[in-house]
Amino acid sequence: MRDIRRERHTGGKPNLRRFHQARWDEPIIFELSRQGQRGILVPEVEKGILDTVGDVPAKIPDNMRRERPPALPEISQPQVLRHYVRLSQENLGTDLNIDVGQGTCTMKYSPKINDQLAALPKMTDLHPLQDEETVQGILEILYRFEQILKEISGLDRFSLQPAAGSAAIYTNAAIIRAFHASRGELAQRDEVITTIFSHPSNAACARTAGFKVITLYPDERGYPDLEALKAAVSERTAGLMITNPEDTGIYNPKIAEFVQVVHEAGGLCAYDQANANGILGITRAREAGFDLCHFNLHKTFSTPHGCGGPGAGAVGVTRELACFLPVPTVEHDGKRYYLDWDRPDSIGKMGPFYGNASVVLKAYAWAMSLGAEGLRQVAEIAVLNNNYLLNLVQQIPGASAPYAKGKRRIEQVRYSWQALAEETGVHSEEIGLRAADFGVHYWTSHHPFVVPEPCTLEPTESYTKEELDEYAAILAHVAEEARTNPDLVRAAPHNSTIHSVDHDPLDDPSQWAVTWRAYLRKMGKSAHERIEE
Amino acid sequence: MPKESPKVYPYIPNSVPAVKEEMLRAVGARHVAEFYEDVPEELRLEGLMDLPEPFVSEYELKRHLQGLLARNRTAGECVSFLGAGCYQHHVPAVCDEVNRRGEFLTAYAGEPYDDHGRFQALFEYASMMGELLDMDVVNVPTYDGFQAAATAIRMAARITGRGQVLICATIGPDKLSKIRDYCQPGPDIELVGYDPRTGQMDLAALQAAISTETAAVYFENPSYLGFVQTQGNEISAMAHDHGAICVVSVNPISLGVLAPPAHYGGDIACGDIQPLGIHMQFGGGHGGFIATRDEPRYVLEYPSRLFGIAPTRVPGEYGFGDVAYERTSFAVREQGKEWVGTAAALWGITAGVYLALMGPQGMFEIGEAVMARARYAAMQIDKVEGVKAPAFSAPHFHEFVVDLNATNKTVTEINEALLARGIFGGKDLSHEFPELGQSALYCVTEVHTQGDLDRLVTALQEVVS
Amino acid sequence: MSESKNSRLGVIVNPVAGIGGRVGLKGSDGAEIQERARALGAVPQASQRAAEALQRLASIEDLEIVTYPGEMGEDAARSCGLQPTVVGTIMAGATTAQDTRRAARELQRLGVDLLLFAGGDGTARDVYEAVGLDLPVLGIPAGVKIHSAVYAAHPRSAGELAALYLRGRVANLREAEVMDIDEDAFRQGVLSVRLYGYLKIPFRTSLVQSQKIPSTGETASLAAIAEDVTEKMEDGVLYIIGPGTTTRAVGEELGLDKTLLGVDVVLNRALIAQDANEAQLLALLEEHGEDRAKIVVTPIGGQGYIFGRGNQQISPMVIDRVGRDNVVVVSTPDKLHALGTQPLLVDTGDRAVDEMLSGYLMIVTGYNERAVRRVAC
Repeated sequence: MRDIRRERHTGGKPNLRRFHQARWDEPIIFELSRQGQRGILVPEVEKGILDTVGDVPAKIPDNMRRERPPALPEISQPQVLRHYVRLSQENLGTDLNIDVGQGTCTMKYSPKINDQLAALPKMTDLHPLQDEETVQGILEILYRFEQILKEISGLDRFSLQPAAGSAAIYTNAAIIRAFHASRGELAQRDEVITTIFSHPSNAACARTAGFKVITLYPDERGYPDLEALKAAVSERTAGLMITNPEDTGIYNPKIAEFVQVVHEAGGLCAYDQANANGILGITRAREAGFDLCHFNLHKTFSTPHGCGGPGAGAVGVTRELACFLPVPTVEHDGKRYYLDWDRPDSIGKMGPFYGNASVVLKAYAWAMSLGAEGLRQVAEIAVLNNNYLLNLVQQIPGASAPYAKGKRRIEQVRYSWQALAEETGVHSEEIGLRAADFGVHYWTSHHPFVVPEPCTLEPTESYTKEELDEYAAILAHVAEEARTNPDLVRAAPHNSTIHSVDHDPLDDPSQWAVTWRAYLRKMGKSAHERIEE
Repeated sequence: MPKESPKVYPYIPNSVPAVKEEMLRAVGARHVAEFYEDVPEELRLEGLMDLPEPFVSEYELKRHLQGLLARNRTAGECVSFLGAGCYQHHVPAVCDEVNRRGEFLTAYAGEPYDDHGRFQALFEYASMMGELLDMDVVNVPTYDGFQAAATAIRMAARITGRGQVLICATIGPDKLSKIRDYCQPGPDIELVGYDPRTGQMDLAALQAAISTETAAVYFENPSYLGFVQTQGNEISAMAHDHGAICVVSVNPISLGVLAPPAHYGGDIACGDIQPLGIHMQFGGGHGGFIATRDEPRYVLEYPSRLFGIAPTRVPGEYGFGDVAYERTSFAVREQGKEWVGTAAALWGITAGVYLALMGPQGMFEIGEAVMARARYAAMQIDKVEGVKAPAFSAPHFHEFVVDLNATNKTVTEINEALLARGIFGGKDLSHEFPELGQSALYCVTEVHTQGDLDRLVTALQEVVS
Repeated sequence: MSESKNSRLGVIVNPVAGIGGRVGLKGSDGAEIQERARALGAVPQASQRAAEALQRLASIEDLEIVTYPGEMGEDAARSCGLQPTVVGTIMAGATTAQDTRRAARELQRLGVDLLLFAGGDGTARDVYEAVGLDLPVLGIPAGVKIHSAVYAAHPRSAGELAALYLRGRVANLREAEVMDIDEDAFRQGVLSVRLYGYLKIPFRTSLVQSQKIPSTGETASLAAIAEDVTEKMEDGVLYIIGPGTTTRAVGEELGLDKTLLGVDVVLNRALIAQDANEAQLLALLEEHGEDRAKIVVTPIGGQGYIFGRGNQQISPMVIDRVGRDNVVVVSTPDKLHALGTQPLLVDTGDRAVDEMLSGYLMIVTGYNERAVRRVAC
């Protein structure tokens, strides 16, 4: 009898998967439309009401009444479901793949119990404007989570109102602006300093808030350069907005000096803690001297990424800046929880209500399942995993980890395939294309590519040693193929849902189409025309 | 060095001591502390953080959370007439089924070839919204309707190069607060008054305020206060006469019965998709849309991602990708338009499912359903002694202002009494619009039966007498 | 789409490029040096490098390769299995700079879409003298010394970029510096790199930049920088503006006819000197009062020199009089990113001035945007 297990291993190591992603060749939803079909029915207006009010839509003034119904597709319920479930299969999320390739996104496990709790009616059916007596439960959750964040960061007050990470970065920029305005110094202080390896939103949000942006480049070892900072600060400095450790995985050992230099110049310091996963319980914003910080709940705190949201951003500030926080804050008077709207110095509202409460619930539950010891383990194992993977990847010929030679990294590493590219002509993006044939995702870097031929990997604490081995084995395999069969690599992916996309039309106004109707129009067809065989 | 715990965590596979040791050996380290060599000693925490005792077993965690949530009383358990930006509609089961699939829930930023499903689902969402709005370009959702409005206004300022925006004075103060903060670098904001009888924008005031310095005129349809702004054509005409852009914030669930902004001269449409198949979640279920014509001068000003359809190397196969990516902060950092980041993609997909289920007929029916019920409610409430509804004489969608001044009771008192009867009364407007006195914003949707509405009227009757 | 378009690629190989370096001679210009090099056993590298580049083009359909005979390109093309169209005549084994110039002009006349040339700075100069900015070109590195910015990093990437350009997938062209050692100065023991001119080369960052959206990319960057600099210009202050495309954009923003290769002087938004030399600059400073002057420069060439390569007219004395605080460096973000974490460089010829300039500088990278980079000597 053939032992299949022997064929799945070679020399004691598992073979790479014979992976193929789901490929449904699913039409665009409009193409499924059949006149007359209904996906759901709406409760009719009761006779008693109809008799009283008559035909209400008919009474809308002509110019305000919709004449032609919107050209939405008409599809029966099972077909809608089937369509979307098929589309759902055509993704590589954390539930499916060893998602260490999405560096800086912290693709850790999102516990299902938390999703289930957030789906309970006691969470989903709450209106934000209900009497506070009726929402003590969710208010308490928001309050308790704030206390947890205070301890994790060392700062004094938090707002959970920002809808995600960049929204939180913007909120910090707005608070910095309000602070200087309150001292009559805003006209003088119009510059924000950041680094090239900080998330692009640090630069972009500061700019949106009205600041001029000064970007620091690292020194040759890849560390943020204190001398560069000193050259950049002046009496015009409003603040420093910086990620640490940076996307390269390098922790800035002079971070406290950085903060000091900016403080001496009269600026505030905001800590982008998107990469906090590796330093939970190890080091905090407070001790480094920061005035503000933010966390991404959909990164460090495990809430699911949802294809790009909803997430949540938590903004933390020192006592001195608490008056500027978005309004309302969640308070406790010893007996009950309530919303405090009486905050005259607040920057105002960042969003319609109080933030993404169900996301906060998941983050709270996650933190409460781990506690101080557990969070410490999260950080330590995430960093262990990262250095373990670093060790494996550095052994792949053609790969390197630029900067900080011989040093350990924290949460992630930005690698470079420069040597492989020079040798074989195969680029980093192409290696990513081929890696998809083995069921994993792979991300290069934020722009600009300061590290040439980049590849940013972030294991987090959620993957097994075997999974990390598998990921590294895939990269090693593809790197080898780049030497022996570069055309195969460049023509990848072969086993993905679709093949590589031709991006040219997407930059050409005469060809781009953001909606199906635009596409048909540019192709010369009307939206109502059926595409006959 | 704090003592290392031998505990093994279900979410942390390599916390198994033997595995941890093996991995440490593989990298030539004796202790994880070595990995933090760059963290200065003086910045390291001593000992563990002071956090609450955890619930390490799943059962205990669930019990803890359920215990907390038990202290909530939901809108579903009572009868709620709250709206004001967050709406109670029926959420189709298929919507929940789709957005709870782990494949969607845990996907993020994959490439067009390995996250094709996400791209297609969002392209379809944008396409269906495009039909609803009768516009060719719709963004991948931003955070919420507040952000959409604020960004739309700044887009208009960039497009025209002008420094002023005129905003209807019936805008909700919370949204105005967001816009004021967001527009601090510009444009300048001026409010345009309204007719106290009809709520409609005062066109004479608009005429007086508008100039060639105006980048945009912004209004809402339906208004925050519930009425339909019937002068859309006049307002947009006046805007265009001065070279200004007409920005209209709309409720997408109204667009089966109400004309979309494109039909009365709107240039940028914006709003919130929460009503489209997303649970209220205490205000945590929002997503913002921005829509325009397919003209480069508009398209190139969007900060959000825009997913376009494109061919692949295989004939007949299509894929998706970012349109004009270089306008975004992802591509060019501070040189991009505003910024872009994680926002509300899953809600976008959900709204797409909702629109696909509803179809054109369903969207008409839901509009009719909520308008008829709201009209009925207003008529009946109006019969209550001392109460006037709707306060504005204009057509309404599903919300209306109830004037309670003649009852000599405050909205607070009335709502308290209603609450005791298991009813959530309308939002208190007395602080937001002092000129309306003791007034409340009532919202009626398809979830309300005639019985619910009659119950409200009876309760009001009791409470005010 | 664009792939089916019939495209035409011109190829020129300078067969003697790269000879000198291997056998310890400086460069390979001049028949005398070449002869000596060959006598010492040097083997031409350029043809090999060209073949490496052309390899990347072998799979393009409907591509016509037009080149010169034998060692000036035909050999390299055939060695990749390509069937080139061969034009012109040469004397095998005795080709000169004149042949390069002739070939370039002829290929331009024949309407090639792009001209690939393998060589060094000397070859770049020859191509420049023949076609100027009228034809897109790209260099395949094969020489010892490459100061010019018109060369790709490696032969293979030259081939790749050419392929992308011919397929229409890269459409952006940028002016890049043609630089070369001043030979006569060198023979007198003075190492001086001169800026000879600009050639137009295709380029890309990691992004696809569309030529159909002019408001993005390099053009937008230059406009933003120019806006920033001109907005902050003060009346009564002398502006000494160095060569380069970025500084030229500043001139354009002011509506002035700024020279691309020379140092111009602006006062009160008017051009008061064009292509000034050191003596003229010093005279202007003397006359005007050196405490009311600023220098505006941009990195020249691919190595990031802000002084000492192509703008030596802004001499150590000029810099010293104006002062470090009045030096304004402008650069597009792309140019800075291409330097990675390497510092900007200065080589004025005066050690003291070099050291004064070293340290950290704020660079104007856009409107209200700055980057801080290290400057080293």
